[in-house]
Amino acid sequence: MHFAINGRSYDVELDIRTSLLDLLRDRLGLTGTKKGCDQGACGACTVLVHGERILSCLALAVQYQRREIMTIEGLGTPNALHPLQQGFIAHDGFQCGYCTPGQILSAVGLARELQNGVPSAVTANLTDDAVEVTADEVRERMSGNLCRCGAHNGIVEAVLEYLREPPETGAAR
Amino acid sequence: MTPFRYEKPADTAGAVEISRRAPAARYLAGGTNLVDLMRETIERPETLVDVSHLSGEIRDIDGGGLRIGAGVKNTAVAAHRSVRERYPLLTQAILSGASAQIRNMASVGGNIMQRTRCLYFYDDASRCNKREPGAGCDALQGFTRNHAILGGSASCVATHPSDMCVALAALDASVQLEGPRGARRSLNLTDLHRLPGNTPEIETGLQPGELITAVELHPNRFANRCSYRKVRDRASFAFALVSVAAALDLADDGSIREARLALGGVAHKPWRARTAEALLAGKQPAETQFRQAADAELSAARPLPHNAFKIELVKRVIVSSFVALAQRKEASA
Ligand SMILES: Cc1cc2nc3c(=O)[nH]c(=O)nc-3n(C[C@H](O)[C@H](O)[C@H](O)COP(=O)(O)OP(=O)(O)OC[C@H]3O[C@@H](n4cnc5c(N)ncnc54)[C@H](O)[C@@H]3O)c2cc1C
Ligand code: SF4
Ligand code: FES
Ligand code: FES
Repeated sequence: MHFAINGRSYDVELDIRTSLLDLLRDRLGLTGTKKGCDQGACGACTVLVHGERILSCLALAVQYQRREIMTIEGLGTPNALHPLQQGFIAHDGFQCGYCTPGQILSAVGLARELQNGVPSAVTANLTDDAVEVTADEVRERMSGNLCRCGAHNGIVEAVLEYLREPPETGAAR
Repeated sequence: MTPFRYEKPADTAGAVEISRRAPAARYLAGGTNLVDLMRETIERPETLVDVSHLSGEIRDIDGGGLRIGAGVKNTAVAAHRSVRERYPLLTQAILSGASAQIRNMASVGGNIMQRTRCLYFYDDASRCNKREPGAGCDALQGFTRNHAILGGSASCVATHPSDMCVALAALDASVQLEGPRGARRSLNLTDLHRLPGNTPEIETGLQPGELITAVELHPNRFANRCSYRKVRDRASFAFALVSVAAALDLADDGSIREARLALGGVAHKPWRARTAEALLAGKQPAETQFRQAADAELSAARPLPHNAFKIELVKRVIVSSFVALAQRKEASA
């Protein structure tokens, strides 16, 4: 099977049952993506496919061949952190860090959904094109990412800051 | 997970043909329900027929309705301009379900066909008539907080978990099906899911191998007065304890021309509340009327040991939904 991940291509022979998450972690050594529940309930395994956030634990790898997949390893580097990564540090958006890659990729996907005018369950006026960025919107839209350390307040602050002040550097979204 | 063959047909006819021939075939869309159940070995298909790339468009139909392909992702349906303007009830219901990531994966067809979240169904150490016909039902002596209050049977008291389907039931949606050799038919969403009776393993009226290709919505006058309210154990990302899809169309004299009501979390299928609807037609939109209608609809409710609270809860959500809808200004959407 053929995969495109973080701009690199990979050819692997795979048991048809392999999830995208197990492919990333166990076969390709991309262990930044975490396995929390393996059943869709925690968001730790969030990755981007063509910029959209999905759960890699519920994704059969075979369905994601030749799609542009991005994991946390593709977002920033230790020397050039993505603004969200910086924001998570600045706002204490994590403690143990296990949920963090999923949180950050989820927030990147969230930003794109907002740009596209996708409403949420707390959006008051569904016919408006633009959605107002509020803490409630962030909480609702990030509800698929659980944090057992309870760093949610910092996470919401970091995401809010990122959404309100899009970095001018044009860093990879 | 038991091994399976994977097929990716070029079109819907090809998908139906493969599943007609292959034994124990299952359609695979977003996988958010099926992959989970396969991992728990509750589903053990021998062939997976990938349909996630098929039936992916939303378009207007002649006469003013909207046709939503079965392969369209839940997010795309909720965010679609025409859905938001003409069927905001559907947008609200979808957005109240699951998480953003899951809605990006989940399809319309898969959402309709998703299976119950009854914990005993998921736990293969428990007895479950749905998993294994005739085995018995451990829910009946177990923890029944999430189970049905309407339409249950001695065989099964599970609920259908979909939010989207509750809105579709209220909107009188029809579901387009394609079967072997090009056979097409249409089924009302309210007739698609079954009550459990003695055969809880048969959950829908679909024939073996039949594929959902689209959902069709008809023109309606409810866009300004409709709401989906969901009550759950946490504010977001949880299945409904109860949910209420309500819609009102008021005549010029202020009376109710038509009311629509469907309930989630209460039965083995999305529960269209026709008794309540009939009682409201032609009446003034007063709180006492709404309460009478809710009482009448729920008079058939049979609580289980841990879910009697659902009866009063759903009645109150019905009443407060309708009261708020009746008070809305005509122009606001
Ligand atoms: C953690 C979690 C929380 C959730 N919370 C909610 C919630 O709050 N509210 C809610 O409504 N839902 C919720 N869901 C369920 C979610 O909405 C469903 O899993 C999803 O809609 C299924 O769609 P899918 O495309 O992924 O289906 P799949 O998993 O691919 O398929 C599901 C079933 O549908 C069949 N199928 C798929 N497409 C077709 C077709 N075209 N024709 C015939 N059969 C077909 C498959 O064979 C399979 O049996 C939750 C799920 C998870 C994992
Ligand atoms: S309620 Fe239905 S699904 Fe749940 S254990 Fe009983 S038979 Fe199975
Ligand atoms: S590991 Fe995928 S959602 Fe928890
Ligand atoms: S930082 Fe530990 S789980 Fe979120």
